[in-house]
Amino acid sequence: MADRKNTVTRTFLNGLITENPTFTLMLGMCPTLGVTTAASNGIGMGLATTFVLVCSNLFISLLRKIIPDKVRIPAYIVIIASFVTMVDLFMKAYLPDLSKSLGSYIPLIVVNCIIFARAESFAAKNGPVQSLADGLGMGLGFTASITLLSIVRELFGSGTIFGAQIMPESYQPMDIMNKVPGGFITLGLMMILVNAIKKIIGKRRAARKEALA
Amino acid sequence: MNTFLVILIGQILINNYVMCQFYGICPFLGVSKKVDTALGMGMAVTFVITLASFITWLVQNFILVPLELEYLQTIAFILVIAVLVQVVENALKKLSPSLYQALGVYLPLITTNCVVLAVAQKNVTEGAIMDGQTLGLLASTFCGFCAAIGFTLALVLLAGIRERMEQSNMPKWMEGFPGALIMAGLMAIAFMGFGGLLQGLHLVG
Repeated sequence: MADRKNTVTRTFLNGLITENPTFTLMLGMCPTLGVTTAASNGIGMGLATTFVLVCSNLFISLLRKIIPDKVRIPAYIVIIASFVTMVDLFMKAYLPDLSKSLGSYIPLIVVNCIIFARAESFAAKNGPVQSLADGLGMGLGFTASITLLSIVRELFGSGTIFGAQIMPESYQPMDIMNKVPGGFITLGLMMILVNAIKKIIGKRRAARKEALA
Repeated sequence: MNTFLVILIGQILINNYVMCQFYGICPFLGVSKKVDTALGMGMAVTFVITLASFITWLVQNFILVPLELEYLQTIAFILVIAVLVQVVENALKKLSPSLYQALGVYLPLITTNCVVLAVAQKNVTEGAIMDGQTLGLLASTFCGFCAAIGFTLALVLLAGIRERMEQSNMPKWMEGFPGALIMAGLMAIAFMGFGGLLQGLHLVG
């Protein structure tokens, strides 16, 4: 039992950090860049995606022995699209402001490649508990990275974080950060940073191993 | 005729789905390493988007609206697209094996290309760039075609730049995705310059 718990935690952490969907797998780039002009958008999008990912992973994993291999892609799409429609309608009813600012990116969660990739490469091969953990880890990893990206973009693009003024009044907001080029360039720079951190950690680990040996 | 001119220039240059609106970024970054493959992907996408805009328009106006099932739009559209991709794949396999081989790998990927779904939805909801006025069947199909050409243009341009980057002496930390992202950012700045064209077009109209 302890062993099983261990693998579940590992699957969760794998999604959250080791195989972070944004910085390592480069999946789900459209919402990553499209909605991250304000921190609240980032969190909203991340949580909506996490919900869909967890539910679709669970259901696909439960149905994995029933769905014939040949029609699996349409079958997955229907499952994913149903949950996306639920989220879309829910947000329209209870969070109309957020729904408006996320716009067409909510229905487009259907074609977010993270969800598809996890369905195909994980949920179709593993049990429901593992798939649930994977969905949660990947979803939260995605949420964390797009929130981070949107905080940076909001800070420089409007001088605020979550709507609260951070920069001094005299700060001239960089409008380009709110536009398409700002998104590409910020993500590129953040990726350089993440790669550098990974390299340092890798070197430290190697050094520690050497010291132990 | 003027409508079509506005759609043509609007979809390819002013509102380019990749460079100005952040749709279809995954294939944009994923298959832009070589010009040949970028062109192949672009052709496959153009084919599917044009057909998909045509069929989703029919589905929306003859099935969903009369039956008051608009809330099923996402499910209906994505199913149409998934089936279409499958049909195109099977048809190409029989009719033109050489083209199938050229596009083979990219065909299934098109299902998860968000440009396809975004174009289909914008056609029936916002009417693309036409000030909230919804488009007719012909204009919708044309709109899809132009959006796909715009996607292909962006993809091929980035692929050309990345091919040159491979051969040049880049700093190590810029190699791969970070470099491609920053290049894409610079391209997007260039595309922002086309924004002024829209006013000019309206003046002509």
